[in-house]
Amino acid sequence: MNFGVVVFPGTWSDCDFHYVVGEVLHQQVRYVWHRDTELGEFDCLILPGGFSYGDYLRAGAVAGRSPVVEALPEFVARGGMVLGSCNGFQILCEAKLLPGALMRNECLQYRCQSTHLLVENAETPFTRAMRTGQVLKMPISHGEGKYYADQDTMRRLREKSQVVFRYCTEDGRVTREANPNGSMDNIAGIVNEEGTVLGMMPHPERAAESAMGGTDGVQIFHSLLGSLVEDGTFLKR
Amino acid sequence: MGAGVTSAEPKVTLDLALAHGLTAEEYDRIIRRLSREPTFTELGLFSALWSEHCAYKHSRVFLKELPTKGPHVLQGPGENAGIVDLGGELALTFKIESHNHPSFIEPFQGAATGIGGILRDIFTMGARPIAILDSLRFGDPEDPRTRRLIGGVVSGISWYGNCFGVPNLGGEVKFAPEYSGNPLVNAMAVGLVKKDRIFRARAEGPGNPVFYVGAKTGRDGIHGATMASATFDEGAEERRPTVQVGDPFTEKLLLEACLEAMGTGAVVGIQDMGAAGLACACSEMPARAGTGMEVELSRVPQRETGMTPYEIMLSESQERMLLVVAKGREEEIRRVFAKWELDAVEIGTVTADGMLRARMRGQVVAEVPVKALADEAPVYEKPTARPPWQDDLEAFDPHSLSPSMEPEPALLSLLDSPALGSKEWVYRQYDQQVGTNTLVLPGSDAGVLRIKGTRKGVAVTTDCNARFVFLNPRVGAAMAVAEAARNVSVSGARPLGLTDCLNFGSPERPEILWQFKEAVAGIAEACRTLEIPVVGGNVSFYNETLGQAILPAPVIGMVGLLDEAAARCTQWFEGPGDRVALLGPDTVSLGGSEYLWALHRRVAGRLAPLDLALEKMVQEACRAAIGARLLHSAHDCDEGGLSVTLAESCISGPRPVGVEVEVDSRDATAEELLFGEGPSRVVVSVAAEAERHFEQLMGEFRVPWRWIGRVGGDRLVIRTGGASIINLSLDRVAQAWRSGFEQRVG
Repeated sequence: MNFGVVVFPGTWSDCDFHYVVGEVLHQQVRYVWHRDTELGEFDCLILPGGFSYGDYLRAGAVAGRSPVVEALPEFVARGGMVLGSCNGFQILCEAKLLPGALMRNECLQYRCQSTHLLVENAETPFTRAMRTGQVLKMPISHGEGKYYADQDTMRRLREKSQVVFRYCTEDGRVTREANPNGSMDNIAGIVNEEGTVLGMMPHPERAAESAMGGTDGVQIFHSLLGSLVEDGTFLKR
Repeated sequence: MGAGVTSAEPKVTLDLALAHGLTAEEYDRIIRRLSREPTFTELGLFSALWSEHCAYKHSRVFLKELPTKGPHVLQGPGENAGIVDLGGELALTFKIESHNHPSFIEPFQGAATGIGGILRDIFTMGARPIAILDSLRFGDPEDPRTRRLIGGVVSGISWYGNCFGVPNLGGEVKFAPEYSGNPLVNAMAVGLVKKDRIFRARAEGPGNPVFYVGAKTGRDGIHGATMASATFDEGAEERRPTVQVGDPFTEKLLLEACLEAMGTGAVVGIQDMGAAGLACACSEMPARAGTGMEVELSRVPQRETGMTPYEIMLSESQERMLLVVAKGREEEIRRVFAKWELDAVEIGTVTADGMLRARMRGQVVAEVPVKALADEAPVYEKPTARPPWQDDLEAFDPHSLSPSMEPEPALLSLLDSPALGSKEWVYRQYDQQVGTNTLVLPGSDAGVLRIKGTRKGVAVTTDCNARFVFLNPRVGAAMAVAEAARNVSVSGARPLGLTDCLNFGSPERPEILWQFKEAVAGIAEACRTLEIPVVGGNVSFYNETLGQAILPAPVIGMVGLLDEAAARCTQWFEGPGDRVALLGPDTVSLGGSEYLWALHRRVAGRLAPLDLALEKMVQEACRAAIGARLLHSAHDCDEGGLSVTLAESCISGPRPVGVEVEVDSRDATAEELLFGEGPSRVVVSVAAEAERHFEQLMGEFRVPWRWIGRVGGDRLVIRTGGASIINLSLDRVAQAWRSGFEQRVG
């Protein structure tokens, strides 16, 4: 599979994703500069974590209007997959490729810690290798990760099973204590209606080797690899 | 010269020089050196370059005692940061620096720009930063002003480090009332560099162009270096405008652009514009290379209008660098910085005449020999005197106090103190994993990183017990080195080098300078015996408010190498059945202990003896046992004594597990046994099947050691003479430890 890792000014998880895709999963990968709009060669684009443009306006606001992000709808329409983690999730929401918004953490502080995620939907190209109800362990690292959407959007997300990951306890209970940032419904990750764009606050690239404390993040990539069929298209939902 | 000087500048007089922090003698010296009165801009240059902060006037004579050489040292003190060899093609660059005064005046920006400054010191050398650590000291945590300071400092560090994208691997947060008007904010950064890609701050090659890159220059931070060279008075908080404002996003761009520019081969030399900004870079770079420099100040990118030459030279605006570029390759540099949307402007050239010549629209505003600025600041050997309070402190016998509490509540209240309680509230605000190299997160004795592409790992720590240094500066400072080395060793790493941040009061007071002299001697002694070179550091004097000096804090930052990162060790017990041993001497003391402070509010008494040869052996034995994969945990036995160490091993890991130990009381009281502190001690747990091998190994190293118990159950039990003096459920222990810091500070 052919991955592109998008680099904005201020991105910092680019090297980590590049390493995991290239060195751990042995897939083709190269960096994509934020001005690039030639995306034809890629099966999946990754929008990594960081502070694009310093996040000085709103997290992801400026990057959400960059050339590479403006080329994403066409890339997705053509059958490409997009994974946005952390700042990438914020950018996807700012660009309206995903509904809702990410606001300042309820505790008003940055949080870097391990979290547990309940798999809510194991039928997307990003989660096919998982089971619904499975608990994954992945770290978060953000100051603005509180997912918010209006009631209509929340209802649609539920109806279309777009909520993919929710923060939970180690044994899979979705509780207030397990919610590190005050996200509505403990939402940690969602997909678009087609299931081809995933945004999540946790960092799968930091949970891709046992030396780093866990390998649950790799399951996202295994799901993607398992969803790619011979003609180069992806199994959808 | 003279005729060319702009007439709009104030006339330079002795009073003006004094107002700039120079002495009458120093002003005289400048006039003699120049054979004329300095211009206003030149006076500014001298006042900054000859400040204590830049010139180490009062400390230099003592610092030369420190051992700075060793087989692994690739760069010792004198550059932006030190460098040690990791073997193969890689090297590690690291440095610690203080940002105490700015952090008191404006905690958020003061601490943030402290991180920014130390990161630039690292990537100036050509290295990519891979870790930061922060060593913080505050006043009484019950004071709301202290809580405001802690909140500001931690969020400033969090903001800058997280946005820049470097993991925070740990550090310290400590408290003493002496820091309430003068907190200490020390930041350390560590970077990875290829040995053949090391850059230095030298302006080589007359004719080479000089480039200004990065953020624009404003009026912020003018005289920061001078501010850091004076004590605080009541007006301190009005000096807020002298604190710089940070922009971690620009710093991140500057990092990427500098590393990319260095990769082109067109960069000859590079220096960060931190303290004293352009003034410092334009004189130190040519001084190191035996050249001169000519700059046109009107070309300096500015974000304010009407800036004078004086302001441009002395501004401490952040996120800026000065580059010397190989002539003819200017375009390559411009292209890289344009890609990262940063200014890169040719502002001058390297010359051969040894002068710093600054012009404003062609008119010469300063013309000074670079060596006069960078190398000829006066060096003082001011009088030192053993403080009168030293004898009384040492004479104090902790046994004269009657125990105020039973052992169990005493242990709980220690764990529940902000000093010893879990610091998770702090480090969960810091990114700890970006770069995906962090093998051991904050919360163990040292942070451990892997080096991708190798089997190696690096352990990093900062340490200092300022109470010990106050009670006995020489031994206390040596203990700080020993403790840092121990923390690196119990993680399985061999110490490679250290960087020191020497925080003291005013050197103009003989008793403070005595503390300094003694502390440096103690560091030197420990370094020689433990064979750990000092490769860089920072002196922060004048940490006083209204005549109240801080507890002296020579903070030691240390790095160590693990040949096999997979063999790393952590401080927490792993599982039931493992046998627990205590390595090192029996001798401990309540003098200067956390117990004495927490329960009796006393800082007094005699320290336990430090035997550096024994310290070295214990650390070697510990590393050997870790290398042979015999240990499941190893924890430095320090603040709070054996009981706190055991408690931490039980509860600080991912899965709490109990322990039962029996210790020989000898003649010690229960307080000494449980809470007495002393160097060279390590608590380890050994896998049942490795017991024999471990016993054999300890025998070979001839270190004192004894089995003291076994891991298991869900209680912390400590017995002596068959009777238990501590028997607490882990839940209670963990609850106290987890809430101690957060409840008071959060």
